[in-house]
Amino acid sequence: MDISHDTLVAFSKSWGLFYLMAFFVCVVVYALWPSNRKRFDRAKHSILDRDDRPWQK
Amino acid sequence: MIAKLTSSERQNALVLAVIVALAGAAMAILGRSDVLGVHGLIVMIFAGVVIYLIMASFYEPEPTEDREASYYDDPIKAGIVLAMVWAVFGMFMGVWVAAQLAWPDLAFDGAWSSFGRLRPTHTTGVIFGFGGNALIATSFHVVQRTSRARLAGQVSPWFVLLGFNLFCVLAVSGYLLGVTQSKEYAEAEWYADLWLVIVWVTYFILYIATIARRKEPHIYVANWYFMAFILVVAILHIVNNLALPVSWGHAKSYTIWPGVQDAMVQWWYGHNAVAFFLTAGFLGMLYYYLPVRAQRPIFSYRLSILSFWGITFFYMWAGSHHLHYTALPHWVQTLGMTFSVMLLVPSWASAGNALLTLNGAWHRVRDDATLRFMMAAAVFYGLSTFEGSFMAIRPVNALSHYTDWTVGHVHAGALGWVALITFGSLYTLVPVLWKRERMYSAALIEVHFWLAIAGTLIYVFAMWNSGIIQGLMWRTYTEEGALAYSFVDSLVAMYPYYIARAFGGLLFLIGAVVACYNIWMTVRAVPAAAPRATDIPATTVAVPGE
Repeated sequence: MDISHDTLVAFSKSWGLFYLMAFFVCVVVYALWPSNRKRFDRAKHSILDRDDRPWQK
Repeated sequence: MIAKLTSSERQNALVLAVIVALAGAAMAILGRSDVLGVHGLIVMIFAGVVIYLIMASFYEPEPTEDREASYYDDPIKAGIVLAMVWAVFGMFMGVWVAAQLAWPDLAFDGAWSSFGRLRPTHTTGVIFGFGGNALIATSFHVVQRTSRARLAGQVSPWFVLLGFNLFCVLAVSGYLLGVTQSKEYAEAEWYADLWLVIVWVTYFILYIATIARRKEPHIYVANWYFMAFILVVAILHIVNNLALPVSWGHAKSYTIWPGVQDAMVQWWYGHNAVAFFLTAGFLGMLYYYLPVRAQRPIFSYRLSILSFWGITFFYMWAGSHHLHYTALPHWVQTLGMTFSVMLLVPSWASAGNALLTLNGAWHRVRDDATLRFMMAAAVFYGLSTFEGSFMAIRPVNALSHYTDWTVGHVHAGALGWVALITFGSLYTLVPVLWKRERMYSAALIEVHFWLAIAGTLIYVFAMWNSGIIQGLMWRTYTEEGALAYSFVDSLVAMYPYYIARAFGGLLFLIGAVVACYNIWMTVRAVPAAAPRATDIPATTVAVPGE
């Protein structure tokens, strides 16, 4: 198979852009999804707990 | 160190050390008088010391306590000590090479002490020795605390830590002996590179396995950064170091990448080493130690997610800005330039997120030099990422490239961001880890802070001045269209700045020595803190809205 310079340029200018845009949308949706808020709030406060032992049942 | 291992784990550790010693023997036999032979000897000595340490307490009683009820902190402590040793070594070498530029006689006519051999010992010493050990130590700490689970291995954390340091020793001693791959930040030769692959894959598996044991539903964002750091550095290291050795008995190898592809692969590696070794991992530190020290949750968790994915996906494409005006296709240069400019968005999102976390706690920043270290680090991170995006623009690069401006930019990042966030994190971590109430001396942290800030500013301003003067002198033409200045003219103009730069670096080095003393005295002289009550949340603080 012969991949020319022009083929690569065309590919990166089209699909390269599309996949980055699609990825960006996915990340924004994940970060702003309303039901994730609780989990993120818990995560950011959890590191401030003063417990210094692993979790035991 | 050995007393915490069961007897079967001690056996495993011994077998590993013996295998490494045998590999060293094979290198010594195959390499004979070549540098490879010398390195074989170094590997054997290193493994010999480890074997001695294991054997010395091989028949001690096994641990009786439930190890899963406590975090595994011994490798972290060793990692902090090693990081500080490498910091002093690497920064001393930096001051030495900086002084050589002003006073070339300081090479003392030795081959081993010439500029070309000493410079990579500085870069490897500070980036991998200091930065790498600090990253390994803090990542082991953060992953355990945020996952509320002990590390997933007993021997493997030691293997990762000691194996990584063996790599650093092989790299640095190799440069002094005259071997190099001539690749920026990847100068170590093929056998050391192969060893690092083994160590690094173990590190990755250990990290993932620890995350898999987590008792928290969500993986805290600091771990994302550490995981990106470990995973991407593995990919970069393997691809960039694909090389064929001249023979099994020879240290020299040749890269498989030809011509401009080699240049592209090298700077894809080089720039992502800055991105994932010197940025992602240290952002992991920032997102854990800054909120913990300030006792305030991160300003916006959502923003930290957005900037994480922004940084991971943009940085990958930015490397070609190191190759403006070269044989690299024009569109690849433009691609690198565009992504470098876009990178400013996630970078400033992280820096702003850190500073907004401190908003409302400025009195603590004023009173607590440790927190101020981290605040200043976030500011320098914002400044140097702005500068980096700016310098990646092709016409700006025409002025800045090959000049000291680049060196100044790198050090704004390395001293102002990487080293400051590391020192801030270590001053937070050391008392916690050794269960002390506080650091030995708050005044010495203050002294260190101002030495570090003064050193960084002197260094960076000296290099900005000299870099722009260099760039302008090299592009000044006479009316006849000839170059107005010779290279030596520009070199003479640099002399005062080279002296200033060495002085700035010296201040920074003194600060690191002060930190070593402070950490040592904290461990030796500060009384142990009363055991902390468990399951008591931190004093409730007002949470800023998102």
